[in-house]
Amino acid sequence: MRREIRITGLGGQGAITAGHILGRAAAIYGGKESVVTEGYSPYITGGWSRADVIISDEPIDYPLITKLDVLATMYDEGFVQNLRHVKRGGVIITVKELVKHASQDHKVLPIPAIEVAERLGRRIVANIVILGAIVAVLGTPPLESVEKALADRFPKAVDLNRKAVQQGFSIASELLASVDVLEGG
Amino acid sequence: MSSGLPRPGVHFMMGNFACVEAAILAGCRFFAGYPITPSSEIFERACVRFPQVGGIAVEMEDEMASVAALIGAAYAGAKAMTATSGPGFSLMMENIGLAFIMEAPIVIVNVQRAGPSTGIPTLIGQGDVMQARWGSHGDIETVVYSPSSVQEFFDLTIKAFNTAERLRTPVIVLADQLVGLMWEKVVIPTAEDVEVVERKIMDPRLLSTRPPFDYSVDVNPMPIVGTGCRVNIDSLTHDERGYPTTSQEISDKMLRYLLGKIRNHARELWMYKEFMTDDAEVVVVAYGSTARSSLNAIKQARARGIKAGLLQLITLWPFPSDVIERLSQRVNALVVPEINFGQLVHPVREYAKCPVINVNWAPGSLIEPHVILDAVEVAAA
Repeated sequence: MRREIRITGLGGQGAITAGHILGRAAAIYGGKESVVTEGYSPYITGGWSRADVIISDEPIDYPLITKLDVLATMYDEGFVQNLRHVKRGGVIITVKELVKHASQDHKVLPIPAIEVAERLGRRIVANIVILGAIVAVLGTPPLESVEKALADRFPKAVDLNRKAVQQGFSIASELLASVDVLEGG
Repeated sequence: MSSGLPRPGVHFMMGNFACVEAAILAGCRFFAGYPITPSSEIFERACVRFPQVGGIAVEMEDEMASVAALIGAAYAGAKAMTATSGPGFSLMMENIGLAFIMEAPIVIVNVQRAGPSTGIPTLIGQGDVMQARWGSHGDIETVVYSPSSVQEFFDLTIKAFNTAERLRTPVIVLADQLVGLMWEKVVIPTAEDVEVVERKIMDPRLLSTRPPFDYSVDVNPMPIVGTGCRVNIDSLTHDERGYPTTSQEISDKMLRYLLGKIRNHARELWMYKEFMTDDAEVVVVAYGSTARSSLNAIKQARARGIKAGLLQLITLWPFPSDVIERLSQRVNALVVPEINFGQLVHPVREYAKCPVINVNWAPGSLIEPHVILDAVEVAAA
């Protein structure tokens, strides 16, 4: 099955990094095929950036997104800007502290990523908390594969990233179990 | 201590990075270039990786100088490469012709972006297909490979070096922005498992018995600087001693020899992949990233009951004429989608025995499958 994910944020939030970890986890450790492409707004700093990730059991033909299964946005405008790309019934994951928008047509999962990251001692891992939430929604690749991909990329912060991704995964799993929250808006 | 060679195994890598790792495995140790998006990562990585394997990466003053440096490096015995995009590729044309007449084995990677001119930095285009073949003046032949995935970019970079070495001629890898910048799985083999071709080197003792060039052979061995082969290497039409001539007879011989190196080996150079063509009534002919959209489109067409197939051309030049001729005799129509306003469709039309429909898409984004599907449906109707 082909799954399409977009992770978007403002420069420095780590959206693209999270996308690369997801793609690597799926391709190297998850037994899947994956493609990651990047996009940037024409700013040097402060503009949006995004990673589009496609994960599939089969070789991937068309390598760009068509309709998103999951949109993860780490800034408020990213919600509105990308809403039209999300398929009906698709899931939108947001950084709860920064994104206030809602949608009637989609499941919205607000993740308190900054709060979790700060509790872990490093606000910088908010993107990894979001990554954990994405993996919970997708049900693939296995969380352990994401932890391995994280350890490849950040060998000096293995514990911190493992905690961040696990907590994002748990919070999203709980929200997924709660239909009321999913309906959002 | 690490050899610096790429670690064998499964990697998740950007196309431009995979190109550099492939070049290292192919034995390339000299890079000269002038950075330009979307090819800059090739230069950047070469600057880091080449010194790790005892190689050199140099920033030149421009793209003309870059190719000139490659020719010099090739004559010093090195395998040499550069990477660029459309605007830089235009500047390289003069010296690509020089490399052709001097028989310098070099590899030029063009990660195509939207043109003409500086176009749209940095979005996708496929507008350099004809330039890769006809851009340099005079009668030349080029070998051009077009990858559609990170793995193909890796494999074809190795192939490009091998072809360049075997035929002593410039070889072009015509990638595009998407293939260059996207990240995918790539399997890197061990160095022992990579087929690497080395050029035939001229033995200086040969020169006491005969002139350096023999235009009746397939490919002459290459005189390398500093080995005692005192041979004149000239950009002017030259005789079998290497000296300029205006003789019509010698000019004819030299050109037939140079062009023949590629033309006589065309069939060995042709690479292509076929998908679902066995029973196909309509076949999409595509290359580079467009082949990915096309594969998606023919699957959708099949789901709608249309017998569609895909011929992915990997070797664009020398043009795989027989492949088109053969296929076109058993299908109703060929559909040629390109991110340009009609380039490879022309040789397809030249050899096809069936109607050919061109599908053209302005540069800047990858042609979407539904556009190709529409044309396939029209062709099938």
